[in-house]
Amino acid sequence: MLIKRKEFIQVGSLATASVLVPKFLKAFETPLPVPKGNKVVVVLQLSGGNDGLNTVIPYRNDLYYKARPRLGIERGNALSLTDETGLHPSLTGFKELFDDGSLSILNNVGYPNPDRSHFRSMDIWHAASQSNEYWTTGWLGRYLDAQCSGCDKPTQALELDDVLSLALKGEELRGIAMKDPRRLFGTANEKFFREVMKEHQKQDDERPVEYLYKTMAETLSSADYIFKQSRLHPTNATYPQTGLGNSLKTIASLIFSDINTRVYYVSLGSFDTHVNQGPQQQRLFTEMNDAVSAFVKDLKQQGKFDDVLLFTFSEFGRRVQQNASGGTDHGTANNMFFISGGLKQKGVLNAMPDLSDLTEDDLKHQVDFKSVYATILNKWLEADDKSILKKDYQHLSFI
Amino acid sequence: MSLSNQLKNQHLMWRAGFGPAVEQLGDLSKYSPEQIYKALAKSSSKKTEYINVADNYLNGLVMGIGEVGKQQTRKLDEEQRKMVRQKSRDAVKNLNTYWMYEMVNSAAQLKEKMSLFWHNHFACRNLNIFYQQELLYIVRRNALGNFGTMLKDVSRSAAMLNFLNNQQNRKDHPNENFAREVMELFTMGRGNYTETDIKEAARAFTGWGSNAKGEFVFRRFQHDYGSKTVLGRTGNFDGEDVLNILLEERQTSYYITWKIYKYLVNEDADIEKVSWLADRFYDNDYDISKLLDDIFISDWFYDKKNIGAKIKSPVELLIGIRRILPMRLENEEALLVLQRLLGQLLFYPPNVAGWPGGKAWIDSSSLMLRMRIPQLINDMDEMNVQPKDDDDTMMGMKNTRMIQGMGKKVINADVDWKEYTKFYESVPRESLANTISGILLQTDKAVSEDLIKRYTDQSGRESFIKSATLQIMSTPEYQLC
Repeated sequence: MLIKRKEFIQVGSLATASVLVPKFLKAFETPLPVPKGNKVVVVLQLSGGNDGLNTVIPYRNDLYYKARPRLGIERGNALSLTDETGLHPSLTGFKELFDDGSLSILNNVGYPNPDRSHFRSMDIWHAASQSNEYWTTGWLGRYLDAQCSGCDKPTQALELDDVLSLALKGEELRGIAMKDPRRLFGTANEKFFREVMKEHQKQDDERPVEYLYKTMAETLSSADYIFKQSRLHPTNATYPQTGLGNSLKTIASLIFSDINTRVYYVSLGSFDTHVNQGPQQQRLFTEMNDAVSAFVKDLKQQGKFDDVLLFTFSEFGRRVQQNASGGTDHGTANNMFFISGGLKQKGVLNAMPDLSDLTEDDLKHQVDFKSVYATILNKWLEADDKSILKKDYQHLSFI
Repeated sequence: MSLSNQLKNQHLMWRAGFGPAVEQLGDLSKYSPEQIYKALAKSSSKKTEYINVADNYLNGLVMGIGEVGKQQTRKLDEEQRKMVRQKSRDAVKNLNTYWMYEMVNSAAQLKEKMSLFWHNHFACRNLNIFYQQELLYIVRRNALGNFGTMLKDVSRSAAMLNFLNNQQNRKDHPNENFAREVMELFTMGRGNYTETDIKEAARAFTGWGSNAKGEFVFRRFQHDYGSKTVLGRTGNFDGEDVLNILLEERQTSYYITWKIYKYLVNEDADIEKVSWLADRFYDNDYDISKLLDDIFISDWFYDKKNIGAKIKSPVELLIGIRRILPMRLENEEALLVLQRLLGQLLFYPPNVAGWPGGKAWIDSSSLMLRMRIPQLINDMDEMNVQPKDDDDTMMGMKNTRMIQGMGKKVINADVDWKEYTKFYESVPRESLANTISGILLQTDKAVSEDLIKRYTDQSGRESFIKSATLQIMSTPEYQLC
């Protein structure tokens, strides 16, 4: 067989390169086209335990006002959604999305034997374990493990933060945490790190030093990749100059690029309103409302809103009864928002909390949050939810 | 090829302690590992001091509780309660930096190293400074002593009884949390008992609690005096009986030994060695010192595959740097920020299972930050990362004080290089880079001399030693010990 010299050289040099360059360095050399209709999830974590009862307000329920003579939000101030329910007055953009059919609300989400410690309960939400199990991996990390075994694309899950959350840590793979694509590692010593890596001769895969070099290589190449992608189609839209505003702006620019990221993770807080809850929740909700509204507007303009699902969660809701300091204490079940142009089921998805049927003064959960994860993994990310969650949870029908 | 005493002793110092201190560097080639180990064990045998960092206000409050209790329960008002919480949180920070200081400077390296192991084994989150002080005292006091005694002391501590909800474990409303974790995490390990064993054991622990002063109390009227069956034994057991039953189980010895092996020797545990050690640990009535002798005096501990095979925990990394480069820190709290960013804030384990360790320490952001620490110490780099909020300790308040207080130069360290550079006095210039690598790194392959030289200050001998040291500490290899 005759191979033309030019082709031969091309094939030949490619072949040589693939022999010499370790697999994890090679991953980014070829573009990774993202097919149209590629679904993306944005997780918005409300840290500190958001007060769900003052978020989605049961304004026809006397028990609500009885439990919260000072904190209860009056019907006239709430943004009306249905005959029974209203939204916190700061969530004007969420109200528009609701009317528009691109926001749904799931009430009474929680888990059996709830824990009222922030850290522990967040741990349970991140790991998606039962409350008496201590797992060292998170649900999105295990999603990476399952989707990505052997494919070395650690940018599939990105957290907009300096520290990586448990949720994004898998057994084999871990997501990437970065606040700003310009400085994933932002350091004076960067050149040195790159040379150290270049010089390293890969050996036996099992040794911890290889694991460190692999992580380092992935970090450096991911940083370059993310940075390049973020500049490919940077959004021109205006976002509020807030932490969440900046993060969602970065996420939007990446969504508009060809990046292979399927999951974005971002947090807002602190919602731990033991004292003087009103102003604190209002300030955080204003930040959330303005940033999410800008984000949705941007996605719509770029025709991407159908492919993006943003959802919120908090480690727990708060006690039904207000406390003596103008705040609320740690509670249990809570509501979640789902925002997308591609929702299958819209509006208020299930019954409002039953304030007459409490456990130790706290709401009883009706929906296990792991059902929500299972639904998203299975229907949105097309992954094997059973193996990722290590159990078969019922699927919901909002997507 | 046999390994040099220097390398073996560095290995020993890293595993039986927090790495060699600068003043010890000269001794490491002169003695055998066995001699060094005996010296380490000896300097750890002194009596343990109780660390009390609570200020006068808190101490006074606790002293007063007894008398106040006799009169009438005096209620603290909301403001006072807030102040107590704040002071208690600050005191836990002080306890952290105080203990870190001990790890850096104490001659009792083996004891502090094992105390860190038990601090993780008996992981407990509690914002009460007195509970934390007492629990730390228990693990430090027993770190090299008898495991059974330590288990019983921990099980009676206010910190653990409260953390694991045993205050709510009553005759008619059993709470299984305490019994479950004692079996799953403190003694036998998951899968070696049944759910019924847990239920029965929980009944035996009913009535175990603590009073306002943090002392153990047995609440007779809450205790279930009926017959229980735990792991095949039947009797009118109380908590003490159940702990004795758990200690009678060889599985407990195996589980503890396996964890210690992974901590001191290799994450990849050699099952045969662990079984051999565990049998002896059991036969020696859980004498921890004897188990450590078995490990550190063995030949296999110094096998090549065990050297440089462990990823340092954040605390090991930070302490190790401070032992070889003595430094004065303007702001000790900087260390707490680094602990948090790197995922190991002492006294705040992620949950009762403790820090998972090993590869779990490493992700993109933590690895890059670890490699930046030497430059941060040298003020060549600026701190531009922030830890996540911790709502359990911050109660909804943004804790920016910690970061702001430190300005841009996060660590603000004043390194005393004199003794360190002196150690290299007789080393010829051309072999300096390799000698420094040999002292700092436990891996057989290091970053090349050539590369180090390109990134060092060649203007003088001393500046070369300093900059080469910091660069070598900024490599993946330095993350291992």
